Amino acid sequence: MKAAVLLFPGLNREGDAMRALEQASGLKPALVWHAEHELPAGTDLVLVPGGFSYGDYLRCGAIAGRANIMDAVRAHAARGGLVIGICNGFQILCESGLLPGVLMRNRDLRFICKMQHLSVERADTPFTTAYRKGQTIKVAIAHGEGNYEADEETIRRLEGDGRVAFRYCDAQGAVGGAANPNGSTNDIAGIYSEKLNVLGLMPHPENLIDPLVGGTDGRGLFASIASFSRAA
Amino acid sequence: MLRNEPQITPALVAEHGLKPDEYQRILTLIGREPTITELGIFSAMWNEHCSYKSSRLHLRKLPTKAPWVIQGPGENAGVIDIGDGLACVFKMESHNHPSYIEPYQGAATGVGGILRDVFTMGARPIACLNLLRFGSPDHPKTRHLVSGVVAGVGGYGNSFGVPTVGGSVNFHTRYDGNILVNAMAVGIARTDSIFYAKATGVGRPIVYLGSKTGRDGIHGATMASASFEANAEEKRPTVQVGDPFSEKLLLEACLEIMGKGCVIAIQDMGAAGLTSSAVEMGAKGGLGIELDLDALPCREEGMSAYEMMLSESQERMLMVLDPAKEAEAEAVFRKWGLDFAIVGKTTDTLRFVVKHQGEVKADLPIMELGDEAPLYDRPHVPTPPKPIIAADSVVPPRSNRDALLHLIGSPDLCSKRWVWEQYDHLILGNTVQQPGGDAAVVRVGDGPKGLAMCTDVTQRYCEADPVQGGRQAVAECWRNLTAVGATPLALTDNLNFGNPEKPEYMGQFVGCLEGIGDAARALDFPIVSGNVSLYNETQGRGILPTPSIGGVGRIDDVAKAATLSFKGAGEAILLVGETQGWLGQSMYLWQVCGREEGAPPPVDLAAERRNGDFVRGLIGAGHVTAVHDLSDGGLAVALAEMAMAGGVGATLTATAPQQHGFLFGEDQARYVVTAQPQHVAAIEALALAAGVPLQVIGQTGAEALTLPGEAPIVIADLVNAHEGWLPAYMAAAPE
Repeated sequence: MKAAVLLFPGLNREGDAMRALEQASGLKPALVWHAEHELPAGTDLVLVPGGFSYGDYLRCGAIAGRANIMDAVRAHAARGGLVIGICNGFQILCESGLLPGVLMRNRDLRFICKMQHLSVERADTPFTTAYRKGQTIKVAIAHGEGNYEADEETIRRLEGDGRVAFRYCDAQGAVGGAANPNGSTNDIAGIYSEKLNVLGLMPHPENLIDPLVGGTDGRGLFASIASFSRAA
Repeated sequence: MLRNEPQITPALVAEHGLKPDEYQRILTLIGREPTITELGIFSAMWNEHCSYKSSRLHLRKLPTKAPWVIQGPGENAGVIDIGDGLACVFKMESHNHPSYIEPYQGAATGVGGILRDVFTMGARPIACLNLLRFGSPDHPKTRHLVSGVVAGVGGYGNSFGVPTVGGSVNFHTRYDGNILVNAMAVGIARTDSIFYAKATGVGRPIVYLGSKTGRDGIHGATMASASFEANAEEKRPTVQVGDPFSEKLLLEACLEIMGKGCVIAIQDMGAAGLTSSAVEMGAKGGLGIELDLDALPCREEGMSAYEMMLSESQERMLMVLDPAKEAEAEAVFRKWGLDFAIVGKTTDTLRFVVKHQGEVKADLPIMELGDEAPLYDRPHVPTPPKPIIAADSVVPPRSNRDALLHLIGSPDLCSKRWVWEQYDHLILGNTVQQPGGDAAVVRVGDGPKGLAMCTDVTQRYCEADPVQGGRQAVAECWRNLTAVGATPLALTDNLNFGNPEKPEYMGQFVGCLEGIGDAARALDFPIVSGNVSLYNETQGRGILPTPSIGGVGRIDDVAKAATLSFKGAGEAILLVGETQGWLGQSMYLWQVCGREEGAPPPVDLAAERRNGDFVRGLIGAGHVTAVHDLSDGGLAVALAEMAMAGGVGATLTATAPQQHGFLFGEDQARYVVTAQPQHVAAIEALALAAGVPLQVIGQTGAEALTLPGEAPIVIADLVNAHEGWLPAYMAAAPE
């Protein structure tokens, strides 16, 4: 499997994402500059990492979502290729039209960085086979604008089609309430595209791959991708 | 041809913060009346912030050398060798006055400035820390300032992409009109590729890089060198506006061209902007500098030479490039979308010449601009000694149990989670110990090596006894690094004091520096960088003397770093160091008894060294399961913090004639450690051999902390008291 990590000016978790792909998926990702028009030949997975592309000026992800390279990413996704957007990457995928909805400012209007539990909503997608359905995992969040919102019809379709990937929960797995850190609709932390080949999520599984640094619950996502590629 | 625009009048000279005798010095030096641009340049170079004119004499007495020190004070940041061909580059700097006037931008640009100092030297920043001091929680502006400063620190660091891993937040009414925002950055470079400001070679192009120059921040450094009067808000236009996005691009572009070997000399534009950076590059290299401002990238039209020379617009750099690699460097900057302009050249004239629109706007001797800056031996008087307060003279106003609950929920000792959760402390994936412990631990690359880092000062000790307070600040920083198992290597200081023209405040400065020097020498903990911030006073009243100490230590294997949390039931709790029950200037006396009185605890530096080396040895040998330094609030607060962190209770069995002194005294050179019962005898033998006082004081277990003769405190109650205060305070409606 070949992986590409996109780099827009102002992103800052590209190194964390590449390290996770190397250590937990065994991949050697290429770093692809935003001004490129094509992905490296044979790319199977595109990862859009976190950070503050273009300083989050204008609107989170709005400028990056319209960059040259995103045409190639849209074509890749249309062919069924895998795409993950993490944090600002999720916002970029929403702005580029690859995922529906929008990330609004956190309910308390403050940036928040902490460990956060998630409920894995399904374990049969290319990104989650290493987890169990309903499993509670501990990852990190670090965002000021992670409050997912979409119109009622979109939410109904996401829920009806099983396209909610992760929800915020507490350590015991109870979803919502005080465990929702940012006010997102239906406690949504991540969603899939219609064909389940595009995943966007606010939390940072790439920062939870090491027992010395918070834990290893993020490895499952990268291990799932690795086993999906072997099966494919 | 030199022509005067506005007439230089005594009033104009005074507006530039120059005293009449300082202006006379200028006239003598250049033999004529300065132009307005030249007056601005002198004002920028000779203010307190840039010239250290009141402090230089005393700073020279500090120890700055050790075999592992690569670069001490005088460059953008200090550099120490951490082994394996790697260097740690770090510094702390204040942004106090701007942060009071405009808290978000003031704090943000403070973080931006210190990050730039670190990557200017070729280091990639791996962590930020800070030390914040706010006014009394009851002061009407405090909530607004906390909110803005914390958001600004986070807003810059989070976007730039460096984890903010540690800090210190205290409150005191003496900071009501003059808060402190001290930011520290730590970076890693290869020892063979460290970059300096010293220009070499005549006729080499001087290149301007980064953001455009605007009218923001003009006279920022001059403002930072004056006291506040009631009209502080009117100075808002002197505060710069930060752009972390541009700085992130500047970082990547600078490191890229450094890696390609394009850079001969580099200096960031911080305080006093283009003036200070250009003069520094030339003077350090023994070269003249000629600038042509027509080429300067400007944000707005019609800027004068005066404005361009004094602008403190952020995210800008000045470099001397290898002429053969100029095109290569320019391509990198264009790729990152940054400005790149040749704005001058090095000369052999030793003159600092500024041209604009065909006219010479300044022509000054470059060496003298720095070397001939005023130097003052300000009169200073020592702080009168305070009486020693014996524990038996302090009548406990409430039970020890209630006192503990009160203390851990007090503004200075409560959890600062509300603050550090607004900082991305996890980015880069190397934060082994996050905020909330004695020191942060950050892995270097893929490890196993790591760095421990922390910021400390106990300002009420410094106020009561500057010498002991200075010693204690260094000793506590050293202790905090030791408590995670690190070998302390070096420190950066950020000396925040009142008006140096008042002998009692100058005396505080001199006293604290004496104490800092004593401790740094005794602990082999040299000062490698620093910053002085004087005139921290409002309407005639100075802040508490606050010499912030930022320390860095090395850990050979981060997996072996110690943490403060209790690990499980049935472990022995041991107290390392001697306890007399020192209540003078303690948190107990202040917060529980309402008295800010007495002499602070004396610092026995030999005992610090002995006890610290002993504890570090225990950690290295794997004999201990948890370690915590004792400081504010003493033993009881330390035990509560260890219990909360681990979710494991403890029973304290040791008693003393003055139990409140034993529990809350702030005697120095002490630690609490825990150990498996079977290791206790061996630890006791080691302590005896090392001459270290050691006492078994209790054991871990159950879900409560129990003090002798008092009802147990359930851990959940401790947590509620500890975590509750700050969020509730910040959520309360402003009055």
